[in-house]
This record gives sequence, C-alpha cells and structure tokens, in this order.
Amino acid sequence: MNKLLPLLLALSTLGAHAVSVKDDAGRSYDGRAPQRVVSLLPSLTESVCALGACKRLVGVDRYSNFPASVKTLPSLGGLDDVNVEAVVALKPDVVLAAPSSRVAERLGALGIPVFTMDAKSYTDVRRVLLKLGELLDLPNAGKLWDDLEKGVAAAAQSMPARATGVTVYYEIASGPYAAGPTSYMGELLDRLGARNIIPATMGPFPKISPEFVVRADPRVILISERESVGLAQRPGWNHIEAIKRGNICLFTPEQGDVLARPGPRMPKAAQLMADCLTLKSR
Amino acid sequence: MKPRTLLAVLLPGSALLLLLGAATGSTGFSLDLPSTILWDIRLPRSAGAWLVGALLGLAGAIAQGLFRNPLADPYLLGSASGASLGVAMTLSFIGIAPGWLQALGLTGAAFIGTLAGVLATLALARGAEQSLRLLLAGIVVGVVLTAVTQTLMTLSPEVMRTMTAFMLGNTNLLGWRSVALLGCALALSLATALAASRALDALSLGDATARSLGLNLPLLRALLVGAFALATAASVAQAGMIAFVGLVAPHLVRSLAPTTHGRLLLLSALVGGALLLGADVLSRALIAPQELPVGIVTALLGGCYLLVLMQRRSP
Repeated sequence: MNKLLPLLLALSTLGAHAVSVKDDAGRSYDGRAPQRVVSLLPSLTESVCALGACKRLVGVDRYSNFPASVKTLPSLGGLDDVNVEAVVALKPDVVLAAPSSRVAERLGALGIPVFTMDAKSYTDVRRVLLKLGELLDLPNAGKLWDDLEKGVAAAAQSMPARATGVTVYYEIASGPYAAGPTSYMGELLDRLGARNIIPATMGPFPKISPEFVVRADPRVILISERESVGLAQRPGWNHIEAIKRGNICLFTPEQGDVLARPGPRMPKAAQLMADCLTLKSR
Repeated sequence: MKPRTLLAVLLPGSALLLLLGAATGSTGFSLDLPSTILWDIRLPRSAGAWLVGALLGLAGAIAQGLFRNPLADPYLLGSASGASLGVAMTLSFIGIAPGWLQALGLTGAAFIGTLAGVLATLALARGAEQSLRLLLAGIVVGVVLTAVTQTLMTLSPEVMRTMTAFMLGNTNLLGWRSVALLGCALALSLATALAASRALDALSLGDATARSLGLNLPLLRALLVGAFALATAASVAQAGMIAFVGLVAPHLVRSLAPTTHGRLLLLSALVGGALLLGADVLSRALIAPQELPVGIVTALLGGCYLLVLMQRRSP
C-alpha cells in the first residue's frame, strides 16, 4: 500500500487534464488546468464566471463587480496599481490580465504564471472565451459563444424596421470622445443596423470636433448620465435633431459597465441599445 | 544640529525604516511571512523606494545649487516631459516600432526620454554655462515636448490611461533588478556630483567670483548636469514622477544642519531616501489591504511641510 500511495497521488493529479495554451503575448501556460485563478480585468472576470468557473476565482481587481458573488473576493487594486504582494499571497495557479498591464512582467519575474488577453472588440470576446475554455479545461466555451451571438441577433430582430438605418452618435467622454464603428460599442450598433456618424477610418475612440456632430446631425445620441450634463447647452448643439426631439439615451453607471465591457453580457448590451433605438426612433 | 549628528540619525533611521518596510504590507504589520513575500517583494520594494528617494534628493540638491533657486526640483530641464514623451511614443507606436525599441520596454523608453529631454535643453541653451539660459531652455523644452505628448494622446486616446498610470509615482513594481539599476545610478551620480561639488560652493557666491577662484566652471557644470540627468532618469524610469521629495529633501537638510555643498548633496540623498521609504510604508499601511500610490502621500506630506516652513518664515 505504501508503494501505491505516490502512484495514486500521481493518478489523481492526472485526473485534471494537462493543458497547453498560448496567451496574446505568446507566453504559454503548460500544466494542470488552473484551479486558483486571479482576474485583473472586469471583462475577464465576467467571462470566467459565464463559463461556470466563478468558484475558481480567488481574487479580482477593484473594478470587477459582476456577477455579485465576486464582490466578496479579495480586491487586489486597480488595473495599474495592483497589489503585487496580495496577489502572491493568494498563491494563484494563474493570473489573468490585460496585455497593457505592467504588473504582468513583475508577477512573471516572481514565478507566477500570467495569462494576458486583449478584450476590446466583438471578435476578442469569442477569442477570449475559447482561450479561457481551453485554459480552464471547460468544454462549454463554444456553445456559450453561439448563445451570445444568438442573443445579439435576437436583439437586432427585436427592432422595428423604422429603427434600422437610424443615424447615431455614441459619446464616451466629454472632449468629446466618440465610440467609432471599430470600437466594441460601435460594432454592436453596427450589428443592430444603426448608422454611426463616425467613419471607421477615425479609429475606435477618436477625439472629435463638436462641430462634426452638429454637421452630421444624428437622430439619436447615446451617452452616460454622468457625461450628459450640459449636452444641449453646447454651442450649436440645439440644432441637432436628436437634441431637438429629446432622442437621447441615458445610461446608468451599471448599464455603462454592461456596454463598455466586451464580454459575456454582450446580448444584454445589444438589447439595451436596441430598446433605446426602438424607443427613440418613433 | 551638526551635519555629523544628522548623518548619525539618518543611517540607523534608514535601517529602521527598511526593517519597517519589510514588516509592513497588505496583511498589516508582521514578519511571519512566506519568504517570497519578504525577500522578493517587500525588501526589493523598500530598498528601491529608498534608492529612488535618494536619487531625487540628490537631483534636487544639485538643481537648487546649480540654479541658485530654492524652488528648483528634479523635474526641471525637460526631464519629466521627456520621460512622458518616451512612454507615450512607445505606447502609441507599439507594434509598428522597431524591435529594439519594444525590447526596451516602458522603463527604457522613460530613461532615454529623460536623457533626451535634458540633452535637448542643453543644446538649446548652448551648453551649461549660463544658469538662467539653461532654466529658460528647460521650460521651453518642457512645454514643447508636453505638447507633442498631448498630440499623441489625442490621436490615440487609448494610451492615455496606461501613460498616466506610468507617470503617477508608484513603487509597487520594484524588484531586485530595479534595485541593482537604481543602486548603480546612485553610486555613479553621487560620486560625480561630490567630485564637482566645489563648483556649487563657488557658484553660491555668484558667477564672477566663481570664475575668479580659478575653477574650470564649464567642465564642473557639465558634470553636475550629467549627474542630475542620470539621477532623474533612473528614478523616473523605475518609479514614475514622485512629487516634492526632490524639492523638500535639500530644504530639510539646510534648515536642520546648514553645511557645504558636498555634505549637503550626500545628506539630501539620505534624507530623500528616508522620506520616500517612510512615505512608501505609510502608503501601504493607510488603506491596507489596498494601497495609495506613494506619489499622493509624498505630495500631501511635502505640501504640508512647505506650508509650515512658509508660515514660520513670513514676517
């Protein structure tokens, strides 16, 4: 029996499949599928939970707030001021982070496997889910993605014919900074059949001239409640059709999180936009 | 207080702070820790914070002596704006930039940016001979480089967050490699500055008197600017911009133990190190398990100190 014990132990670790996955920076994770996971990006936290692996999370960043269960986990700081020591103390099998995060290098030097993923666009959501599925050894990632796409399609179909082709302007910050067609919000709007007044050549979040919006004269403006103060008082903006008719979709901070995080709440984001466009295109 | 007494307080004080730094972290005050956390995180971070503070204190003392201006700080002469531009360029052109530039990383870019900023200032001022000219050129370079950085940020707003996070002072990510780099920079810049410190004493009597003393002023000035640039570049590259340490450290030394420039440089470095390490320990403890960026703590502490100093001196 004594001789069998190590063998049994070896067999039990083999039970969890060995995985080998490469992250966006080309770093590879080889070994047993991670059971203790730290996520340092809200959209990655949401993806892990949507895949049904919420219980494997042992710590998250300050901004991860969905699903509600992650709020009870240790908060490890923001995107750029991660508390390295607290992360190491949790002894995670892997740390999920954005590629721009400087902490990846530091944690890597301390011998903690870091897996970085860029989650900025519609296609990123698919790649992130499939990669996370591989990394965490979960078989349902492909099905989850199919469901998400169906959800977005359903949101698009829920819109009446008059709401498609409506011109929209999505402001993400006063400056003003717009969400262009290549941003995540822009991609969703595109799938709903709305026409973004920003040309794709201007990039995902261009800083534009306020005059540009007045000349493009959008039918509907999408903006967060916080940013919307004084919108109608901007010089000349009272001539914009959306403002004349009160066609302004205001989003609460919680809705703003849904809209701004490319992740598994994509159908909900699409439905939020679809409902607003339907309501405001009367 | 005599300079020697101050030195006798500072050395054990720094050692004590280092011990405190090893004991303070996300879990509160304790030394009963896994060795990774103690040896690979808290110790290099504490030593790194001390070294960054020392470099800033030294750079501040050099700048205040060189410009005979008590308000001079390490972020003069285009150094800060050069560092920002280096970081912004690396972030904006990542993917397009040549391989060697990406291999440098953000810290390398900030280091080169700082040196480039100071060099541009020197070129514009045609050398380091005239302090006023140098100061003005520094302001011009600062404004122009900041404008270029802002243009880059307008063209690609997505780099803004990473960039501001990099420049906001932070000692959180310092490892042993950073400590080694910072240590070399401190040894080199301190030795250079001490060797040229007689020029600062002479300069405090005015340019004409300094020249009449027969010192090779252009050479000594160039050496001092070099030490200043190296100290600032190393600290900005490793820890971003940390307010007030470089400004306050020389003031503290002068008000506690007035002395010659050679000793002032050394003591300012020691005071700067103790100040930043102390602020770093505070920043870890104040809202643990989260932490405040250390730049915020030094700005608050330094601001209060200057206010007190101002009140005490007002007629």
